[in-house]
Amino acid sequence: MKDKEATLILPDGRRLDGRRPGEIRDIKIKVGILENADGSAYVEQGNTKIYAAVYGPREVHPRHLALPNKAIIRCRYHMAPFSVEERKSPAPSRREIELSKVIREALTPAIFVEQFPFTTIDVFVEVINADGSTRCASIIAASLALASAGIPMRDLVAACSVGKINGVLVLDVTDVEDKYGEVDMPFAMMPGKGEITLFQLDGVLTLEEAEEAIKMASKACMEIYEKEKSALKAKYIEARKAVEEVV
Amino acid sequence: MPIYVKDWDIVVPGDLLAEGDYTAGPYVYKEDNKLYSTTIGIVEQRKGTIRVVPLQGPYIPKVGDIVIGVVVDISPTAYVVDINSSYKAILQASEVVPPKRNVLAEDLTKYLDVGDVIVCKVMRFDKYSDVLLTCKGKDLGKIEGGRLVKITPAKIPRLIGRKGSMVNLIKKETGCKMVIGQNGYIWIKGKDKKLEALAEKAIRKVEREAHMSGLTQRVQNMLQSERGS
Repeated sequence: MKDKEATLILPDGRRLDGRRPGEIRDIKIKVGILENADGSAYVEQGNTKIYAAVYGPREVHPRHLALPNKAIIRCRYHMAPFSVEERKSPAPSRREIELSKVIREALTPAIFVEQFPFTTIDVFVEVINADGSTRCASIIAASLALASAGIPMRDLVAACSVGKINGVLVLDVTDVEDKYGEVDMPFAMMPGKGEITLFQLDGVLTLEEAEEAIKMASKACMEIYEKEKSALKAKYIEARKAVEEVV
Repeated sequence: MPIYVKDWDIVVPGDLLAEGDYTAGPYVYKEDNKLYSTTIGIVEQRKGTIRVVPLQGPYIPKVGDIVIGVVVDISPTAYVVDINSSYKAILQASEVVPPKRNVLAEDLTKYLDVGDVIVCKVMRFDKYSDVLLTCKGKDLGKIEGGRLVKITPAKIPRLIGRKGSMVNLIKKETGCKMVIGQNGYIWIKGKDKKLEALAEKAIRKVEREAHMSGLTQRVQNMLQSERGS
C-alpha cells in the first residue's frame, strides 16, 4: 500500500515532535470539572484532548438490562465532529462502537461491580481533539472520572500506546506516527496490581519486540499512574493548604 | 506488619495502606495479605483496623436512616420517592392516609403531591428490591418552607460530627431548625433568610473542608464572626 516509507524518526534519533522514542507527551489532568456529572475528568496528552463523565450507580433503563448480582457498565466513546481534520459525522461509527466496548472492558476489572446489583454505571467519553492514542487517553480520563465519582475501585487504570516507526519502538504514538508507522499497540493496566486490562496490536511485532514493547508500556503506565494519583488528590490538598495559610 | 499511611492521609483507589495482620474496615480491601484503599478518602486506624472515610460517593440506603426525598410519582397505592440513590424508594399510601379509609378510593394527591419534599425513615432495604420508606414517627412527614441544601452523601457523617457536635453547633449559633437526611439533603428552617443563609454557608464550609481536622473550631469561629458583623 505504502510505496515509500515516511520519515518519522529524524537523523538525530528524535521524533517529529522532538521527543525521544521512550518519551511520552506532557499530560495535563483535571478532575471534577463537570458540575452535572457524578464524576468527571479532563485529560490532555499533547494535542489529544478528552473529557470523561461518569453517572451512577443509577437505575438501569431499559430495565431488562439490569443484572441481579452486579452493576452493569455502559460506555460511550464519541468523537466530536470537529475533533479531526476532516469533519467526522457525529453518528457513532464502527470504530467508535468498538472503542466503547474496548474501553469498557479495560475499566471493568477495576470496579467492584458486585457492590451495586441492579444498577448501571454510565461512562461517557468525549474526544474534543484527536491526535493519536485517544483510546489510551480515554481510559485514563474514564478511570479518573470513576474514582472522582467515589465508585469503589480495586485500582486506577493507566494506559499508554507503543508504536513501531521506521523500525524503532516508540511510546505514546501521535496521529501521524499511527498512520504512517508500522505498528500501534494500545496497552492499559492497573499498575498497583500489575494486571493488564487492555492489550491490542495493530501491525506485526517479533516476539522480542513485543516483550520490549510491553516493558516500555508498563513503565510509561507507572509514570502516568503517579500523575493520576496526584491529580485526584490535588483538590483536597489545595483546600488543606488554603486553610493552613489562614491559621 | 508495616503500615504505609497515617491518620488523615488522603488516599485514592489502589493505594497500598498496610501489609500484614490488619483488619480491613469499610472502603478497604485485602488481597494477598495487603490492604488497599477502594476509594478517595481519609485514612483512619483504630486497634488494628484500617478504614477509609470516603470523600465522595453514592448514597447506599441503610435500614433506620432518616432521608429527605422528593415525591416523583403516584401509583394507586403508593408514592414513588426520589432519595438521591441508585435505588427507587416507595412510600405506601397507607402511611399517610388516615386509618380505616380505603386507600384505593382516596385521591392521594390530597395528602402528598408530586414535587412535595418529605422526611422519611428507611424501613426496609436489601439491594434486591425497592427501598421501603415510612413517614410515621416524630419529625417525619412533609416539610414546607425553609431551604433545602444538597451535599455529597459521603460527607453527612462529618456534618453531624461526633455525637452530633457539628450540627448542634450550627443549630445553636444560627438558631435554625435543621433536619439532616443521610442521603445528602439538609433542610434548614430559621427565623429569617439571613440565618438560613448563614447555616448554609457553614454547611458548605463543612463540605469543602471535611478532610481536615479542627473543623468544628473553624466553623464556630466563622459563625461567630459572621453573626457579629
